[in-house]
Amino acid sequence: MRAARLVLFAAAMVAVGLAAPHIGEYPQRVLLVMGIEIIMVVSMALSNGFTGVFSLSHVGFIGLGAYASAILTLPVTAKHAYLRDLPGFLGHVSLGFLPATLIAGALCVVVAFLVGLPLMRLSGHYVTVATLGLLVIVNVVLVNADAFTRGSRTFTGVLPYTDIWWVLGWLAVTWLVCSRVAYSPFGRAMRVSREDLVTAEAVGIDVLPTRMTAFVISAFFCGVAGALYAHYLTSFSPHAFYFPLMIQLLVMLVIGGMASLTGASVGVVVVTILSEVLRNLERGFQLGALHVPPLYGASQVTLGVIFILIMVFRPQGLLGDRELVLVPRSRRSRAAGMPREETEVQA
Amino acid sequence: MNVIDYVFQQLVNAVSLGSLYALIAVGLSLVFGILNLINFAHGDMMMVGAFAALLLESAGVPFPLALLGGVVFGGAAGFVMERAAFRPVRGAPDVTMLLTSLGVTYILENLGILLFSASPRNFPLPVWLGHVYKLAGGRITFTNINLLTLVFSVLAFLFLYWFVTRTGVGLGMRATAEDLVAARLVGVRVNLVVVVAFVLASAFAGLAGLLWAAQVGVAYPLMGFTPMLKSFVAAIIGGFGTIEGALLGGYVLGALEIAIVAFLPPSVSPYRDALVFALLIVLLLFRPGGIINVRREVKL
Repeated sequence: MRAARLVLFAAAMVAVGLAAPHIGEYPQRVLLVMGIEIIMVVSMALSNGFTGVFSLSHVGFIGLGAYASAILTLPVTAKHAYLRDLPGFLGHVSLGFLPATLIAGALCVVVAFLVGLPLMRLSGHYVTVATLGLLVIVNVVLVNADAFTRGSRTFTGVLPYTDIWWVLGWLAVTWLVCSRVAYSPFGRAMRVSREDLVTAEAVGIDVLPTRMTAFVISAFFCGVAGALYAHYLTSFSPHAFYFPLMIQLLVMLVIGGMASLTGASVGVVVVTILSEVLRNLERGFQLGALHVPPLYGASQVTLGVIFILIMVFRPQGLLGDRELVLVPRSRRSRAAGMPREETEVQA
Repeated sequence: MNVIDYVFQQLVNAVSLGSLYALIAVGLSLVFGILNLINFAHGDMMMVGAFAALLLESAGVPFPLALLGGVVFGGAAGFVMERAAFRPVRGAPDVTMLLTSLGVTYILENLGILLFSASPRNFPLPVWLGHVYKLAGGRITFTNINLLTLVFSVLAFLFLYWFVTRTGVGLGMRATAEDLVAARLVGVRVNLVVVVAFVLASAFAGLAGLLWAAQVGVAYPLMGFTPMLKSFVAAIIGGFGTIEGALLGGYVLGALEIAIVAFLPPSVSPYRDALVFALLIVLLLFRPGGIINVRREVKL
């Protein structure tokens, strides 16, 4: 069963990758960004949705990853032109895309581990607020670390390494790792600690390491997604990794359902399609005799209203805590009473 | 410039900034105390107040009336916000309410950009407001706007004090903050209390918004977000969910920010916001109750 799913999953990925070049340039860019956002949102789902520790710092990790890999891959000549003050070794090396991405992820892991140790002890609102503080701190550092980031000026000259295969590859890795973790006994511990702290501790779950694992894994993939995003955008400023992106990713996460990895992915797809449609509508359209004038910004307002409606009528998101599976579970494993949680997840 | 004058000048700046933080923080704490809701959209009430005053003034309304208009529009926006977005999710898990408030921010800010465009607009002021007072031979200066800020915030706080101690709704507010269910059981009209809390909080934020715009000279749709975040830190510094805590925290944060810029080396001052939020994290970990030590469960 698992093999069948893996094969289907891989086939779907390859099919998307092969089809991508033929759908036109604009749709291809949308697809690429959507893939990167799925990596971001799925990893947010793992830490926010499964452990119930609602952290707002992910965009900070995305920004860190973006800048780290952009600095590492920048050609040495470009470094001499833009970033003359880079400390010694950074100024003289230029890495390939994969090592740079991995280092970006690793940097986020280190930061997440260090700040997670104190922050993941907090509960409820307080962890949200503290991680929001972390996001502000990361942004202030990015804006002021002139020698590394050119400050609030645009960081340009990043090579456009990101293509559909890189995105799909990392997407597959993210999905496989996150679903393995989320539906392991360890993932069950996460969900128990989300539902009831006292129960979790009573059955012997060590809550802090459980939360830390989710936080650190999601920080890694946020860093990777940031690297992919940086090499897609090729020029950006710290503002690209601040509240607007945070709110956009949260909308995606919440609309799909943050307690489900496929839910999070569905959220990204739904919001992307919705935004594209709304963006076309806000340029103005003709409805019979009625002429609707262009209203730039109306698409965001509409998206916000939809978001509020979801919060009111379906706060658990479209999928809640269910997962979509390509191949339903076999009758035998169902009869054997395999708990639903053990089901392998694949979109 | 001698040291004492310099310190006094910074004190003037600190009081002026602190008053604004306190005005915003009071509203955040009022709503949090009652509903356990961290309202990110609170900052957007500043935009509403500032733009209402700005538009009224450019329509030829005299300045004092335009100010009043800003406060009234702020309050009205709070009313609408509560009815449209927060009442339907009341009693939902904390995260749901918090996300709802993020959604409201998203709507209001984009609506602001849609209506007014994202670029800053000049905030017109009567000439007399820009009048500069000079003390100690011109070494300490402040303007009528600084004075106005201080006077209005003190008046607002006195009004709030009177309201929560001397009126029925105010008493109900304190009872609801203590325990919402018990307050409802003994007949407090919780719906009314919540609406009034939102209206008061938003009117205060509207006032803070137009004073803020008057001080910096411009208004723009995203103007409220950063001050709101800072005030939130202020409210936690003082003791989150209480009025006294918010006032105290507002002035402490104002003083702290001015001190960071005035007395630390210039290379540190760009990191001011990072320091403020680092302080927030340290406080949450070691003294979550703030200066007045509100009792709350924050750890695992």
